[in-house]
Amino acid sequence: MKISGAKIVVETLIEQGCDTVFGYPGGQVINLFDELYLNRERIKHILTAHEQGASHAADGYARATGKTGVVIATSGPGATNLVTGIATAYLDSVPMVAITGNVPCSLIGRDSFQEVDIVGVTMPVTKHNFIVKEVSELADTLRTAFRIAKSGRPGPVLVDIPKDVQTALCEFTPNNQPVVPYPLSFALEEKLEKAAKMINESERPYIYFGGGIISGKASDAVIALAEKTDAPMGCSLMGLSAVPSDHPRFLGMQGMHGHYASSVAEDEADLVIALGARFSDRATGNKARFAKNFKLIHIDIDIAELDKNIPSDLAVQGDIRDAAERLLTMLEKKERPEWSARIAQLREEEKVRTERALASAREKICSDCTAPCNAQGLPAEERLDPYTIIDIISEYAGDSVIATDVGQHQMWAAQRYPLKKPRTFLTSGGLGTMGYGMGAAIGAAAATGKRSVLFTGDGSFGMNLNELATSVSQGLPLVIVIMNNGVLGMVRQWQTLFFDRHYSNTTLNRKTDFVKLAEAFGADAARCFTPEQLRNAAKEAFSCSGTYIIDCVIDCDEFVLPMLPPGGSIDDIITEIK
Amino acid sequence: MNDQYVIAVLVSNISGVLSRVSGMFTRRGFNIDSLTVGETESGGFSRITIAFHGDEDIKDKILRQLQKLHDVREVEVLDRKDTVIRELLLIKVRNKTESRQDIMTAVEIFRSKIVDYSPTALVCELTGETSKIDAFIELLKPYGIMEMCRTGIVAIERGENCLKTAK
Repeated sequence: MKISGAKIVVETLIEQGCDTVFGYPGGQVINLFDELYLNRERIKHILTAHEQGASHAADGYARATGKTGVVIATSGPGATNLVTGIATAYLDSVPMVAITGNVPCSLIGRDSFQEVDIVGVTMPVTKHNFIVKEVSELADTLRTAFRIAKSGRPGPVLVDIPKDVQTALCEFTPNNQPVVPYPLSFALEEKLEKAAKMINESERPYIYFGGGIISGKASDAVIALAEKTDAPMGCSLMGLSAVPSDHPRFLGMQGMHGHYASSVAEDEADLVIALGARFSDRATGNKARFAKNFKLIHIDIDIAELDKNIPSDLAVQGDIRDAAERLLTMLEKKERPEWSARIAQLREEEKVRTERALASAREKICSDCTAPCNAQGLPAEERLDPYTIIDIISEYAGDSVIATDVGQHQMWAAQRYPLKKPRTFLTSGGLGTMGYGMGAAIGAAAATGKRSVLFTGDGSFGMNLNELATSVSQGLPLVIVIMNNGVLGMVRQWQTLFFDRHYSNTTLNRKTDFVKLAEAFGADAARCFTPEQLRNAAKEAFSCSGTYIIDCVIDCDEFVLPMLPPGGSIDDIITEIK
Repeated sequence: MNDQYVIAVLVSNISGVLSRVSGMFTRRGFNIDSLTVGETESGGFSRITIAFHGDEDIKDKILRQLQKLHDVREVEVLDRKDTVIRELLLIKVRNKTESRQDIMTAVEIFRSKIVDYSPTALVCELTGETSKIDAFIELLKPYGIMEMCRTGIVAIERGENCLKTAK
């Protein structure tokens, strides 16, 4: 029997195991939405407030589960509104299929109403994209899109479907199961042997991992590697949650705002084993200085990442879990007591430095604040500070998925939040998309059925707070923690340190009342100035079943420390603002 | 060490594939000396020949990025020693009594051909390696080049070796 292209899309989505899609209707996807209506018992559509929110929600759904996220938008502005979300997913290797409607084939290229060449627009930010002009190719193109999205290093794929292809009729044969990914490539034996030799000969090995460990399901193998070699581990922002934060060998995130101990340990290592990481500039700082003191083994599924940013001494292409597991069998079990002692010493140093930095931050808070600082008036010891906020929330949050926006709060959460399981920390690492968090938290809550916690700032939250409408109307359990400092804190921090305190356009001076805002959207909220108020709010927030905003007022001159200045290196690390 | 590399890229014959390939060069900041694209013996594939300058590191980066593109089926660096490399030039020169004989001599020595003749202009056609084309253009400059176009490099390996699709 022949069915419409629109029905083929929905049938293929269901066939591919898709239970929830995120999107927004419009003129060129009406047919598709009609099929979503008819099949609403088989596949759930979550309507967002804006297509950008939908794209981040599909991303959050994918990151929280490992499944491919799906977003649907209409042509023209609907499609272009997805671009930031697609680029966010691309930079962080998130499997996503974006489906856009387009004007009928006969109107393409005529600058028709709501026509845009979305395939052209998204070419540099997708793994691949398609425009389907024949309904007979529709089902297989969608299947290929899913296949590409989840194969090897995952990423977003866009499928543009003109309206006449949605209305055209065609035979459809369902597949019994979702497409399987393209076969993985596996590391060459001789490369792994060479790697094993280098590791065995190393006195101070250091394991550095990225997001590839999460998508490659290699957490256990990496921990086993660290244990067998007696090596410490550190990670990039994208690697967070792959290994429990409290793992005795884990030193935390490194890079621009990474932990002191992990950054120094890496620099003192004689061998770095990089697994599923891509050495972004935020992770390395000055590239010429970065790998000066150690040899580098780089293992990644994506051959183009090898030697792209940092030249390695041994580059190994292959599936990360397979490589790590095979490497494990080749390694000698070895104690490295001197190196372990040095690591322990670095941890102690870090503790001292952190305490000193926090104390001096308390001392100077607001003393030279030039912005209208919301926190003025309370004595320093009674105020909320970022780490206290994170610590208190983590006491109540249980196994919630954590999402963040971008800026200071993101780095504080990355440094401090105690993560336990992979896929519980959703953050825009590569693109650094302010406004990512609301959509991501919604997508994660919809995917897992569990509560999401969003750490955000008053700047980031302002970018996509319209999605409060989505979380409220969907009845999703969501706790939004706003670190409200009245400024764009991260840029302000740079202005303080490198631009003679010229606070150009970073002092928000807004009169937004987030408690009233929550009420307007139908959510609950509390404003907190003190730890005690925060505890009370958290108790309430984590027992309510809907959306709850906790507006935490903090000082505008809180800093994210440590900091490697942009383009700087471990030699320039700032651990305290004097 | 900046050498010129010539690579052959076998791609699926699908609309947009040229944008994907050239877009990769733009986005990653690699420069192209020349790029040609045309049909192959098999209808499903086109062959793109790209020449670029760079060191070995740049070359490897370009190859790896190309291999990642979904529509790219095969990429190969052609070894200049074992490769026939050709370019086609069409060049229009002023047809003046005082220079005509010199031009004819150059055409003969370079094994070029005059493919159009009018009272005021001559069009010459020349096939050869890039260096030969460059030398010919240089030679004709004094006589007044009115316009010219060249195809960029096409290249094929000598002997039995062929660019095949593995994937």
